[in-house]
Amino acid sequence: MPLTLDISLSQTRHCNNRKENPPIAIIPTSSFPWDPGFVFGMDSKTPVENLYSIEPALSSSSRRSNFSIQSKASGGNSIREVTFTDLGSKPVRYGSHGADSETNALSQKEINDEDARLVHINDPVKTNERFEFAGNSIRTAKYSILTFVPRNLFEQFHRVAYIYFLVIAVLNQLPQLAVFGRGASILPLAIVLLVTAVKDAYEDYRRHRSDRIENNRLASVLVNYQFQQKKWKNIQVGEIIKLHANETIPCDIVLLSTSDPTGVAYVQTINLDGESNLKTRYAKQETLTKIPEEGKITGLIKCEKPNRNIYGFQANMEIDGKRLSLGPSNIILRGCELKNTAWAVGVAVYAGRETKVMLNSSGAPSKRSRLETHMNLEIIILSLFLIALCTVVSVCAAVWLRRHRDELDFLPFYRRKDFSDGEEDDYNYYGWGMEIFFTFLMSVIVFQIMIPISLYISMELVRVGQAYFMIRDTQMYDESSNSRFQCRALNINEDLGQIKYVFSDKTGTLTENKMEFQCASIWGVDYNGGKASSVDGYYVQVDGKVLRPKMKVKTDPELLQFARSGKETKEGSHVYDFFLALAACNTIVPLIIDTSDPTVKLIDYQGESPDEQALVYAAAAYGFMLIERTSGHIVIDIQGERQRFNVLGLHEFDSDRKRMSVILGFPDKSVKLFVKGADTSMFSVIERSLNVNIIRTTEAHLHSYSSSGLRTLVVGMRELSTSEFEVWHSAFETASTALMGRASLLRKVASNIENNLCVLGASGIEDKLQKGVPEAIESLRTAGIKVWVLTGDKQETAISIGYSSKLLTSKMTQFIINSNSKESCRKSLEDAIIMSKKLMTISDTANNAGGTSGAGLTPVALIIDGTSLVYILDSELEETLFQLACNCSVVLCCRVAPLQKAGIVALVKNRTSDMTLAIGDGANDVSMIQMADVGVGISGQEGRQAVMASDFAMGQFRFLVSLLLVHGHWNYQRMGYMILYNFYRNAVFVLLLFWYVLFTCFTLTTAITEWSSVLYSVIYTSVPTIVVGILDKDLSRRTLLKDPQLYGAGHRQECYNKRLFWITMIDTFWQSAVVFFIPLLAYWGSTIDGSSIGDLWTIAVVILVNLHLAMDVIRWNWITHAAIWGSIIATCICVIIIDALPSLVGYWAIFKIARTGLFWLCLLAIIVVALVPRFVVKVLYQLYTPCDVQIAREAEKFQSQRATGALEVEMNPILDPPRR
Amino acid sequence: MTDTDQERDRNKETAFYKFTQQTLPACKPVLTPAWVITIFLFTGCIFIPVGLVTLRASRSVVEIVDRYDAECVPEPFRIDKVSYVQDDSIPKNCSRFLKVHKYMKAPIYIYYQLDNYYQNHRRYVKSRSDQQLLHGRKYHGTSSCQPVEFNNDHAIVPCGLVAWSLFNDTFKFIRERAELKVNRKNIAWKSDRDHKFGKKVYPYNFQNGTLIGGGKLNPRIPLSDQEDLIVWMRISALPSFRKLYGRIEEDLDVDDVVVVHLMNNYNTYSFSGKKKLVLSTSSWLGGKNDFLGLAYVFVGSSSLILALVFMLLHLRYRRPYRDTIYLPWNRKSLSV
Repeated sequence: MPLTLDISLSQTRHCNNRKENPPIAIIPTSSFPWDPGFVFGMDSKTPVENLYSIEPALSSSSRRSNFSIQSKASGGNSIREVTFTDLGSKPVRYGSHGADSETNALSQKEINDEDARLVHINDPVKTNERFEFAGNSIRTAKYSILTFVPRNLFEQFHRVAYIYFLVIAVLNQLPQLAVFGRGASILPLAIVLLVTAVKDAYEDYRRHRSDRIENNRLASVLVNYQFQQKKWKNIQVGEIIKLHANETIPCDIVLLSTSDPTGVAYVQTINLDGESNLKTRYAKQETLTKIPEEGKITGLIKCEKPNRNIYGFQANMEIDGKRLSLGPSNIILRGCELKNTAWAVGVAVYAGRETKVMLNSSGAPSKRSRLETHMNLEIIILSLFLIALCTVVSVCAAVWLRRHRDELDFLPFYRRKDFSDGEEDDYNYYGWGMEIFFTFLMSVIVFQIMIPISLYISMELVRVGQAYFMIRDTQMYDESSNSRFQCRALNINEDLGQIKYVFSDKTGTLTENKMEFQCASIWGVDYNGGKASSVDGYYVQVDGKVLRPKMKVKTDPELLQFARSGKETKEGSHVYDFFLALAACNTIVPLIIDTSDPTVKLIDYQGESPDEQALVYAAAAYGFMLIERTSGHIVIDIQGERQRFNVLGLHEFDSDRKRMSVILGFPDKSVKLFVKGADTSMFSVIERSLNVNIIRTTEAHLHSYSSSGLRTLVVGMRELSTSEFEVWHSAFETASTALMGRASLLRKVASNIENNLCVLGASGIEDKLQKGVPEAIESLRTAGIKVWVLTGDKQETAISIGYSSKLLTSKMTQFIINSNSKESCRKSLEDAIIMSKKLMTISDTANNAGGTSGAGLTPVALIIDGTSLVYILDSELEETLFQLACNCSVVLCCRVAPLQKAGIVALVKNRTSDMTLAIGDGANDVSMIQMADVGVGISGQEGRQAVMASDFAMGQFRFLVSLLLVHGHWNYQRMGYMILYNFYRNAVFVLLLFWYVLFTCFTLTTAITEWSSVLYSVIYTSVPTIVVGILDKDLSRRTLLKDPQLYGAGHRQECYNKRLFWITMIDTFWQSAVVFFIPLLAYWGSTIDGSSIGDLWTIAVVILVNLHLAMDVIRWNWITHAAIWGSIIATCICVIIIDALPSLVGYWAIFKIARTGLFWLCLLAIIVVALVPRFVVKVLYQLYTPCDVQIAREAEKFQSQRATGALEVEMNPILDPPRR
Repeated sequence: MTDTDQERDRNKETAFYKFTQQTLPACKPVLTPAWVITIFLFTGCIFIPVGLVTLRASRSVVEIVDRYDAECVPEPFRIDKVSYVQDDSIPKNCSRFLKVHKYMKAPIYIYYQLDNYYQNHRRYVKSRSDQQLLHGRKYHGTSSCQPVEFNNDHAIVPCGLVAWSLFNDTFKFIRERAELKVNRKNIAWKSDRDHKFGKKVYPYNFQNGTLIGGGKLNPRIPLSDQEDLIVWMRISALPSFRKLYGRIEEDLDVDDVVVVHLMNNYNTYSFSGKKKLVLSTSSWLGGKNDFLGLAYVFVGSSSLILALVFMLLHLRYRRPYRDTIYLPWNRKSLSV
């Protein structure tokens, strides 16, 4: 046996290499080199999902052939019970995919013993002998009562900011450096730590609670040949577990048997990947008959180590001396639910934290915003500034000490010597060098808030606030899916205001991914319904019960007439064949659902491909209702008459053939082959000589369908003669039992039979554009954002969607690059560049002649396909492509693989400093979403992987406009201003302290009390900046949407840049000087005491800083008022409280000084003098070089009344605000 | 629930809705030229009169400043002033003649002014114990008072550098041979006397150490009544400061000559500090200081000038205003 395996191993590998078609079944989504040819509806699917579209019911081809032969032999057409007698035969999966996984499983399944986990079936004791496997109890909570304090502290101190805080606080504890009192220096850090700890503790408590509930759920586990209820947390690897319908699966389980005689189990994976349709899983043939309660099942499963790939599983199982390979279709994962299956029995292989779902539960990726990266540079400048200040102080102190070194002993205000003990000691004097050093450290402590630590905390709070408003925004609320906007990453809100490139997936993102059957071309006649089409629900009555399809489809009355007329007429028979093909040639599973009305039942078609669903629904609407699908037959209700067809063979879809086929045994013993596939692949297997005219007209119809944006499929048919069938059957048998190269053998068998077809017709399926997509794209483009569409669809479809979504316009010059070699790629790229340059110069000269520049550039669109990209990406042609793409206003990439999508994003991201945003909904967009600076997931039809990988998630593409143009703009403006303001606010205070130090022999005395220093950034000035950071709006939503160009402010970095930083710093310098020197000069040589002037400075600087903010607030609502004036009042109250404590030096100072007129005059003078320069500059700037935002603001203010009516009309459908 | 209640609920709901949609009613001030000019005119109109009033108040204060530290050292000792002032055996008295150049209305405040004296030096500021000042010998945590903490293992009351360096020059004022009455009560803050200095704390061992820094205190008077100490211990903010010595409660006429008999005890020579005696009347503004008045007048007139400049700018370069037509993209489409 091992020998055989070895051979097969090498040969299959060889085979795989040759075909360049790597095994689909077991590789993770992200590393799949996409074959650019998944045709219908698959473009946004993961390859692995395709795997699940395998016809579910069949797990043994031999059995099937057995059965079909039987039925043939008996010659009967009655429905008979299928008996499975031949169970000893080799279990062979059916179809090319299955074979693929099988062979692949063999090729890679020689898991090394050290990499494997050995699970003894039904022997948990032996399995867990070495205690290496986790139990099934899960723990999502981080802390226990004992570990909470140390672990929480440890985690909190991961932040650099806190460490800086801590170091400063520790420094301050050294007696030589104690600038602040102990309490005052620890307090802010303690508050922050405490608040965070309480928050963490609460969250953790909730996690504990949910863990407990989860761990105490019950499952039936086989103990001593009996199934007993056991708590989830006690389940061990190796135990046999029995699941019942609608139960949640407690751990990762390899299926052994199910209630279905063929070993099928249906699971819903909504908790895992969000996909609501049922997936099929199989038990192995060999284990099906084992009844755990009776005979002892023994065996050994050797499987890979736990990993987080939910679509991959490799193992083999030794049972009864045989070795079977297990793949991802044999395992059901924790968190899924068992559906439509009475029971299933399996053996636990991964438990608890080693289950795939637990390994996959990780938080959102952490990204850092562009603004924050820039800001860090400025923070370094501030640090240098801080060091400079400290150096100045310590150098001056050194000079002073040097110059007075002879007097130091006796200076009344210094007195170095301590005489109290009789002997003379130096008192707190550590020598000249140390004194300088200590002075330096002390000045670091005093000036610590120069580094705005509070800024980081404020930014976090502001982002939470902004996220709250984004989430609550009713204009980003998707009513159809009842989903709100989600902010998954909390630290890149402001990046949304600077996006320059949007990379969008097409299916499910621009379009709804709800396929709708629109029209059909049957036997050369186009039935597109016209205007007369109606939406009738077709239904059949069975036993007095009404059975109707879940979805209603628009039908063409003429076609409906033909469909009802039966096979008698010629058209009727063509129509019959066509719809029979649609109803039969697919992998859809019909499910009957009860409704509230007991007489009505709905039939729901479950399947992986939305195209197939649409086709089956269409067939049902025309009276060909698929009722039942089992391993060997299907039941179709044709115009009210139930008919049963034997499914003799099914060739699954694969990306090489790009078609699928089914061989049906008719009740009249005739055998027919039905094929459906992409037009390109179908026309190569159609018998051209027959019905030339029909082929030609069909081709013409196909062309018109695809240019109107429909997805097309061609359906063909052939009647097989008995001999042909026999030949095929034996070939098929051989292929499906082959040990090596089974996939390619099956493919070959399929190709051999799929020829000389007679074309039945073609279908047109509409992939409906989502609401508001054209308008949204229009807005984004007007805003200066480049929209690139990356799709797996074919070129014609992509271009037609491009037109319908207004991405492409007729004015545009299109460059289409479809090349098959690197050289031709290079050539077409270079030609395109030359052309685009020519176009640009033409338009330039035209513009110059017209007297303006830049207007009316001929827009250029680039359309490139995946094959060309293969040659371009990762080669020196990338640069050329980038240059070309930069000249183009639209780029459309079709037939691209997921990794290519990421490659294109990287192409732009690495070459420019512009921000990129990727938006998509499917698993194939994950790599692109993660690559881009901002990833947006559409929480739509296709599961949650895109959402899980994204930073923001929302229901519809059109919300992108609100997100970027409105929230992005606001967030960017707010955050940019807030950062600058925080720099200013802290620096002005530090400089104020610094000036005073110059008048105290450089000894770091502060006139402002230490409590005020501490509270300055905590209470006195923190709230307004946060409130303004969350609530201020420079422009209204309406203005921003009306003039998308206003988004350019973010592109031009108008709210935060180097120039603004330095201007702010100069302003800071001036303001601090004013605050300090006006009182200094006014009180020079007076009786003023330190505390009083300190109070004056405190109040002055707080009022100044708040008024500075007030001057820049654009919209004053009551919250802003409350925050700003409230802060000033709170400051006064705090100062009064501090001065009312007799134990502090400044006792009663504020009451004394506030009684003098000089105090108030100083205050007024400080505020006016400090703010005048800023005010003048601001006014000059606003009046004489206004920015766009400024003009729009004025217009908004003064035009609103005049233009209200006009605006209402202009409001575009992106905005239809859901009124309450 | 009544109708009004429901209405209130609905209002609350819509207010919350407006909040979540960020459409709370708001005022959005926009700077228009009219506003800007008005603001500057207004500032100018306020500041110039206030400045003039302030300036007048400052000018109305009559002040006699006499620096005596250099003059009051007898000629032979001028080379080594420090040893003069430290030598107890040499009499320190000195007489100064102050001529009143303008009528001074009572109360006339007597200040001593020290220059280049860093009362705000960090070591100095910290070297005191507020608790001990209040509680006396009962309080033991006097470590902050170093280096003037103990004398013969007893905590000095009051301890610390600040108290130790108490200013101890004394002044006597004679006009036309009659002594001017100087009121030395109520020179310190009442709040300090009542709450910061103990009523039962007596300076029993003050200034007994080896190194005498400054003034001594009468051990029989509690700290709360030692007003000179209380005044001294309210630390000055700036290195040039005045402290209140007392009040003369008689008016002084023009050309009166006041003879000051002073004891030049306090040592500022070691760090070349200056000592001055100041007699000053007072206004609502406090002492004589023209700075603020001048600043106000300057700022006020600058505002008026700015208002003028903006007015001219507005007339000369009037910006087409309040119309989206002037947004760049609209402008382009206009010209095309």
